[in-house]
Amino acid sequence: MSLNIDPTKIKPYGDTLDDGRMQFSFALPAPANEQGKEAAKQLLQQMGLTEIEISYYSDLGEGFTHFVAYANTNISVDLTKIKVKVVDTPIMEMEENDKYLDENYGKKITIVGACIESDAHTVGIDAIMNMKGYNHRFGLERYRNFITYNLGAQVSSEELLKKAVEVNADVILVSQVVTQKNIHIKNLTKLINLAESEGLRDKFLFICGGPRISHELAIELGYDAGFGSGSYSTDVASFISFHFAEKK
Amino acid sequence: MIKLTIDQSKIDEARNYAKNIVDSLKWLLNDYSSDTIERTIVRLFGIDGAIDETPIPNLVVEHLKEKNVIDRGAAYWIANSMLATNLSAQEVAEEISNGKLDVTSLDAQPDKKIIKLIDELTEKMLNHIKAQKKFRENKFEEFGPRKKPSIYVIVATGNIYDDVVQAKSAAREGADIIAVIRSTAQSLLDYVPYGATTVGFGGTFATQENFKIMRQGLDEVGDELHRYISLTNYASGLCMPEIAVMGAIERLDVMLNDAMYGILFRDINMKRTLLDQYFSRMINAYAGIEIQTGEDNYLTTSDAIEKAYTVTASQLINEQFAYVSGIKKEKLGIGHAFEINPDITDSFSYEFAHALLTSRLFPDSPSKYMPPTKHATGNIFKVYIMNAMFNLVSQMTNQGVQLLGMMTEAIHTPHLVDRALAIENANYVFNTAKNFAQNFDLLPDSFINKRAETVLDEARLFLKKVSEQGLFESMSKGDFADIKRTEFGGKGVQGIFKKSENYFNPFMDRMKAELNLK
Repeated sequence: MSLNIDPTKIKPYGDTLDDGRMQFSFALPAPANEQGKEAAKQLLQQMGLTEIEISYYSDLGEGFTHFVAYANTNISVDLTKIKVKVVDTPIMEMEENDKYLDENYGKKITIVGACIESDAHTVGIDAIMNMKGYNHRFGLERYRNFITYNLGAQVSSEELLKKAVEVNADVILVSQVVTQKNIHIKNLTKLINLAESEGLRDKFLFICGGPRISHELAIELGYDAGFGSGSYSTDVASFISFHFAEKK
Repeated sequence: MIKLTIDQSKIDEARNYAKNIVDSLKWLLNDYSSDTIERTIVRLFGIDGAIDETPIPNLVVEHLKEKNVIDRGAAYWIANSMLATNLSAQEVAEEISNGKLDVTSLDAQPDKKIIKLIDELTEKMLNHIKAQKKFRENKFEEFGPRKKPSIYVIVATGNIYDDVVQAKSAAREGADIIAVIRSTAQSLLDYVPYGATTVGFGGTFATQENFKIMRQGLDEVGDELHRYISLTNYASGLCMPEIAVMGAIERLDVMLNDAMYGILFRDINMKRTLLDQYFSRMINAYAGIEIQTGEDNYLTTSDAIEKAYTVTASQLINEQFAYVSGIKKEKLGIGHAFEINPDITDSFSYEFAHALLTSRLFPDSPSKYMPPTKHATGNIFKVYIMNAMFNLVSQMTNQGVQLLGMMTEAIHTPHLVDRALAIENANYVFNTAKNFAQNFDLLPDSFINKRAETVLDEARLFLKKVSEQGLFESMSKGDFADIKRTEFGGKGVQGIFKKSENYFNPFMDRMKAELNLK
């Protein structure tokens, strides 16, 4: 016998189908006592949750308390109605990708990458572009059919576009690691707006990546694709290769 | 402690290569100065403030460069102007900054009077710094020393007032050292922002006022807890000695101060960086501030097993640069990190070997151990376990300072709860495994012992090569972290100059004398 799951009405699963059990962990500027505990409970109640159990609380000092809680939700979602934008090209390994471009494109693709504006972290762009790559996947620099320029971090949008024009790039690859106060959105928007005002938007394939970036967000910001955490060079490379081969 | 069986002569040999590398650069350290070194001297005269957001120390040094007289050093020109105009140092600096005073238009005052004035000004500031050092020592005397490993956590809200709340909370949970991470672009600013700041990205700007605000908060909570809470910041980037001196004035206790980090990871010119680290470390030595080095960066850009030797090599070079500046062993926080891919079988043994090697090489120094970051993902539960393993290695291998890993490392700058849980994790592991390591001896042919020996051998051969071809040449070939840097490239290259015959830096002279440096 199997569980009778209704995909039009799915709810969180604790240990019984449709129990709606969820875990919570948060801090409140409230005392670590019964009063604070009640405050945490009421907060969850107002979120529409039931069967609330504050399983743990602990004093964080300075008037703050950490709460761990379990509670049930009555809300469900309809899985059958959910369509998300994802990068849906198949993933090719490096050798496969090189061969695919040999056979289906016949030209080299120029890629300019950078971590832009105030962001000083090269870790993202390096993981994708560096020869060495990351987690057993070589970076784009090693791909036979890619010509790559990794400009590093703290590159202004102006500089990045200038370089892309100068080397006649096909792809602009942007990384954003710092996301505090949504600075990544501001930076990414600045680049795409600048590209538009310079009439360069359609000259390049614009791809962004970073821990808080999704394909959906990227599309919303006006990019061609976005890659979030857990993405590798192979994902980015495959997307690029299919895009150009199919366009041809 | 668990002992490694390693041929001491190999350690001595490696250390000697590192010493040769550093000794071969004495010409640079002795004959050159930089914009930020001169701005530091301006600050040491007690000059502060900003005009239209440009700090006055920058405006003064810009003026001296414009007039082509910087090679004599800022100290001379300020003292001469003070005597000629009968104004205070701050007033002279303000006049210069407002374009009302041209220092070259004033008559040269008698050398004797200039030297006397400079001596007085130097004495005044150095006495303040010494008083701050004494204050810290008295507090540690009163409350007892920092525990080992010390618990080091970061705050990074961007708003110094939020930072204080979070730092106090962390101190109550058990943190010994609070770091205020800098706003992400600050290392490349060729000036230090002025005043209290409430907006930053990925961190909070390092300003003298922010230092003061946090210092006050930590002193308050420390007195209440009967523990002295140390404060740390980052003397790196284009303003190393200025940050160091602000730290000395406001009584920071620890300072990230790597000799080569800026060159490799921020593309700052190598001569500029080496000059700046020389004076900044001397200031830290004088102020009794513990420095920390940034070897963890090698492992976030390269493979942590394959390139483990670059950490060891850099540690040994950093050590020699530190000695040249007067840093004592017990104030030398040697950096390393727990960054091996956790999917690798026996990665724990590798980490253990690497950490043990650091302890073996620097038994009298408070090593600074950095947490997993590269392989931290959004799976906070997994990262929490990785951090526990990291804490266990630290306890068992006798590390000095544990920079706690946050389970949300890959997601955001730490929330209040993330930090509290990290401290709980560390307290638990340090306590539960307090004397665990005393039960074990390491066999000389065990994997861990052999691995540590291998890393040392690789580092030794690497240092030999670097000492033969020179540090600049090695860096230009990409021998460090696969990053190529050239002697004449990089940021801040235009900010270095050769000192003239009659140049002097009274602070450096006094510090050298008191630190017994030649």
